[in-house]
Amino acid sequence: MPPPDDSAARPGGTPPQPRGAEGARPDTPQPAGTRKPVEAPAVPPVDGEPGEPAIPETGPDTPAPRTPTMPPAGGGPRKADGPKLPPSKKPARPPGAPRPAVPPQARTIDPEGDGAALGLPVLSRKDFVSGADVRWCPGCGDYAVLAAVQRALPELAETRENVVFISGIGCSSRFPYYMNTYGFHSIHGRAPAIATGLKATRPELDVWVVTGDGDALSIGAGHTAHMLRRNVDLQVLLFNNQIYGLTKGQYSPTSEVGKVTKSSPYGSLDHPFNPAALALGADGTFVARTLDRDPKHMQAVLKAGHAHRGTSLIEIYQNCNIFNDGAFFDFTERDSKPLRAIMVEHGKPAVYANGTKGLVVDGLKVRSIDLDGGRTAADCLTYDSSDKSLAFLMADQLFWDADLPRPFGVLYQEDRPTYDALLNEQVAEVTRQRGRGELAALLASGETWTIG
Amino acid sequence: MTDAPAPTPTKALDDVVVLFAGDSGDGMQLTGGQFTLATAHARNDLATLPDFPAEIRAPAGTLYGVSGFQLHFGSGSVLTPGDEIDLLVAMNPAALKVHLPRVRAGGAVLVNTNSFGDRDLSLAGYDANPLEDGTLDGYERHDVELTRLTHEALAETGLSKQEMDRAKNMFALGLSLWLYTRPVEPARHWIRSKFEATPDLRDANLRALDKGYHYGDISESFVARYEVAPADLPPGTYRAIRGNEALALGLVAAGAKSGLDVFYGTYPITPASDLLHALAKYKAFGVKTFQAEDEIAAIGSAIGASFGGTLGVTATSGPGMALKGEFLGLATMVELPLVVIDVQRAGPSTGMPTKTEQSDLLMAIYGRNGDTPTPVIAPRTPGECFLAAFHAARIALTYMTPVIVLSDGYLGNGSEPWLVPDADALPDISVSFAETASAALSDAVDPASGKGAFLPYVRDQETLARGWARPGTAGLEHRVGGLEKDARTGGVSYDPENHQRMTETRAEKVARIADAFPPVEVEGDEDGDVLVVGWGSTYGAIKKAVQGARAEGHRVGHIQLRWLNPLSPGLEEAIGRFRHVLVPELNNGQLVRILRERFLVPARSLSKVQGLPFQAREIEAAIYGVMSEG
Ligand SMILES: Cc1ncc(C[n+]2csc(CCOP(=O)(O)OP(=O)(O)O)c2C)c(N)n1
Ligand code: SF4
Ligand SMILES: [Mg+2]
Repeated sequence: MPPPDDSAARPGGTPPQPRGAEGARPDTPQPAGTRKPVEAPAVPPVDGEPGEPAIPETGPDTPAPRTPTMPPAGGGPRKADGPKLPPSKKPARPPGAPRPAVPPQARTIDPEGDGAALGLPVLSRKDFVSGADVRWCPGCGDYAVLAAVQRALPELAETRENVVFISGIGCSSRFPYYMNTYGFHSIHGRAPAIATGLKATRPELDVWVVTGDGDALSIGAGHTAHMLRRNVDLQVLLFNNQIYGLTKGQYSPTSEVGKVTKSSPYGSLDHPFNPAALALGADGTFVARTLDRDPKHMQAVLKAGHAHRGTSLIEIYQNCNIFNDGAFFDFTERDSKPLRAIMVEHGKPAVYANGTKGLVVDGLKVRSIDLDGGRTAADCLTYDSSDKSLAFLMADQLFWDADLPRPFGVLYQEDRPTYDALLNEQVAEVTRQRGRGELAALLASGETWTIG
Repeated sequence: MTDAPAPTPTKALDDVVVLFAGDSGDGMQLTGGQFTLATAHARNDLATLPDFPAEIRAPAGTLYGVSGFQLHFGSGSVLTPGDEIDLLVAMNPAALKVHLPRVRAGGAVLVNTNSFGDRDLSLAGYDANPLEDGTLDGYERHDVELTRLTHEALAETGLSKQEMDRAKNMFALGLSLWLYTRPVEPARHWIRSKFEATPDLRDANLRALDKGYHYGDISESFVARYEVAPADLPPGTYRAIRGNEALALGLVAAGAKSGLDVFYGTYPITPASDLLHALAKYKAFGVKTFQAEDEIAAIGSAIGASFGGTLGVTATSGPGMALKGEFLGLATMVELPLVVIDVQRAGPSTGMPTKTEQSDLLMAIYGRNGDTPTPVIAPRTPGECFLAAFHAARIALTYMTPVIVLSDGYLGNGSEPWLVPDADALPDISVSFAETASAALSDAVDPASGKGAFLPYVRDQETLARGWARPGTAGLEHRVGGLEKDARTGGVSYDPENHQRMTETRAEKVARIADAFPPVEVEGDEDGDVLVVGWGSTYGAIKKAVQGARAEGHRVGHIQLRWLNPLSPGLEEAIGRFRHVLVPELNNGQLVRILRERFLVPARSLSKVQGLPFQAREIEAAIYGVMSEG
């Protein structure tokens, strides 16, 4: 049983209840076999900080119909009256095939909840739990990330007061309110700008940016790319749920082609971003991917990201059970995960499917091989996270090819001076060479003349 | 040279307006700048108006490629760059065509006759050569073969023709310095340091300068030289300063006087970029500059720096200001100090980037979503930009609010003699960060610290400023953000009463800033026929116009507002003492709307949107116009 202090990290209320067909709006096409939409009950405010309305802002009204999971470019099944789309790659499952079952509790949280298991006497998980009610929908994957971060921080943070969470706007961006650290819930897409100014002036702070797929890759895509190339020393938690959660379910820049949402009733036409490839293309120095439903893996990646000096981009596949439920079940659920996910680790062979399969690099192609008939892990690629070419191959080819597993873990890591360190060194060096400037001398500098 | 020429006689003048004009590649801004420096050394009061095309090197010889630098100097107080030109130095036909209409009847025109070939004439749209068809009748003409004379002077230097060509502005400068008996040493000094690394060019430029200076004596074109006696300026140390430089110095001063580092996040834009160029050099003064990816990131980074306890500053011009709107609202909501400088230019949209205008006033005061009160200050002269930046920072830090500074292209690039302020005499800006002991804490005990949680929105009773708790301060961990905050706890609140109260509190906080303002200063008459109310850079032109109207026997007063929001006390009473109110602005009528709305007075607008500052006579004529209406 979770101890009582765990409440902030737990979704309040009861599990999602079926809402009934009358709740669905008539203008929303319903593919055959769609499950009934659900409504998240609002969480009543409890003592402490004042209440905040449930997310989304007015509560979800018409959750998007569920569509079978498919890789981002996958065409997937669609109605005959939909637009003609270019030939699509193979979907994750054949059309109509049953999806993996949803676990009864669509979230995973730390059962102990106090970090004691980690043997940390100084700070405990409790120290990072703010009094604010957590207002995500029950079952939202965001809870798991919050729990993982609150669990990891006692080990990672030297002091609580030096930790700052900065977010944009979105369901995920409510994150700072729930952390008992310094926090800044800013405006849509712009958290990197605030974080850059803060780190430039206070490089000793431990800064985390919390953002969503819309926040970081749509309205804030420019800032994300510039933060990565500058290599500002901070961690980015990119909650990718392939949907706009807060605005109630429009497709996002990571949604797959053909996605049916309220804003794309005939299927979305937008080719999606591949966040890891984007980060590599922007010369990011740390690019990782993890899953809300694998808290252990998430902990390991959070730690690696925190240890890295520079911008650590951590993409987190996060289930939005209201508007995009099951988007990542291929990678998270027991029956499909072994074949669809590979956990890469530096220096370790790239094997998956419980050791029955592995990856090899053949020319410029990544291939899957079966580990049988004398073929062992030793025949597989040894993952090298410092190899950028390899990272590109893995991030790109494994993203689009549903026959290959998708890689999770630290895909790439490189040491490069951080912007904040360089800036402060330059200022220190100029000050050392010229001496600290004198205001009076500066005011009277240049060509002057005296009267009287 | 057999006979030494007889010295040219010298005539005394009270004030002179000189305009250097040529191709953007002719170095006219530089020539004007050096003439300004020499004039400052001659201790005249002065005002300048650089006027250049947006193109870096517009096609040579075209009308739109003409770059001009206008300078007004005198022995009395000089308020404007001058309405009419006394001497036009025209390097080519295009420059002559563009600017001749502004030369006063009987004024002097110095032309480079070597650049009046057929092609030059046709590029400028002249059908006939203006040097030959009587166009210049009625002007005092000085035909000078500037190009040939420069080549001749530099014949032995071994420089290429092109390199020699480039030195002709130094010849023109030398000649102009001679004509107005200005000291030549400041220009020599400048050339020596500028071309330190290239002795060939250094010597060539020095030679061209000296040859130009001596040419006046040997040429018979000039019957007289002119002298302008030193102005009666208050004693002290002076330097010539441009508005953008003064803003940069004001920010450094605010940093020094508050004990804070300054963080300047910006994105290049005309005419604000020079501010970045200046501040980027001041690293040893506790200034960090950040060239962001756009204006949104620029202001965001400044807000991030302010959150961390640094003085965050951003600057831009109109288009960038439009982009900053959402973040400005956030700064108002999270109540962090921030200085936002808008060096205005002609709009809308990209407008006329190098031309001046005052058309961002309503955007500065109102241009954000929600009720977002924001203090706005506008410097009146290039030198006053220093204090505007300083006070903007002071108010931002004292009241925990963003403050907008409205400068403009005319102030930013224009220069004037500036009495160097006494650094010690500047007031200290007191900043106190919330520490655990001083902070307002709630009763709810935080299990970790054993203390109450920090209440970030508890306010100072006098200023209504909230506490500034920097990350890194143990025990004061708190969250801020753009969602409405509970007045008491600072937590997120959607409570209807609370939003009403917070909206009113934000307005009241900004309104209270005016409590410390002195009453508005009325120049000229205290009551009477017309009160002219202006703001910002129109100060000199309005002042001169009011002087003119008063000299004609009319009772005219003048108020030049520095603070546009909140307004200084006493304005309504002053308005009530005059029969008419006239509001000249370089926009289509913006302050006039605010005055009408605030005081329900039928204030009249005088609008000019030509990318150029007012001429004093335009305003004087409008004063008479208003009076004649009854
Ligand atoms: C300037 C601006 N435009 C639009 C919005 C509305 N808006 C809020 S969140 C959001 C999308 C959020 O999606 P994402 O970043 O993926 O976050 P999620 O809610 O899915 O966690 C949008 C469009 C806004 N708040 N501000
Ligand atoms: S991401 Fe989806 S499930 Fe999570 S809070 Fe937002 S709408 Fe609800
Ligand atoms: Mg999203």
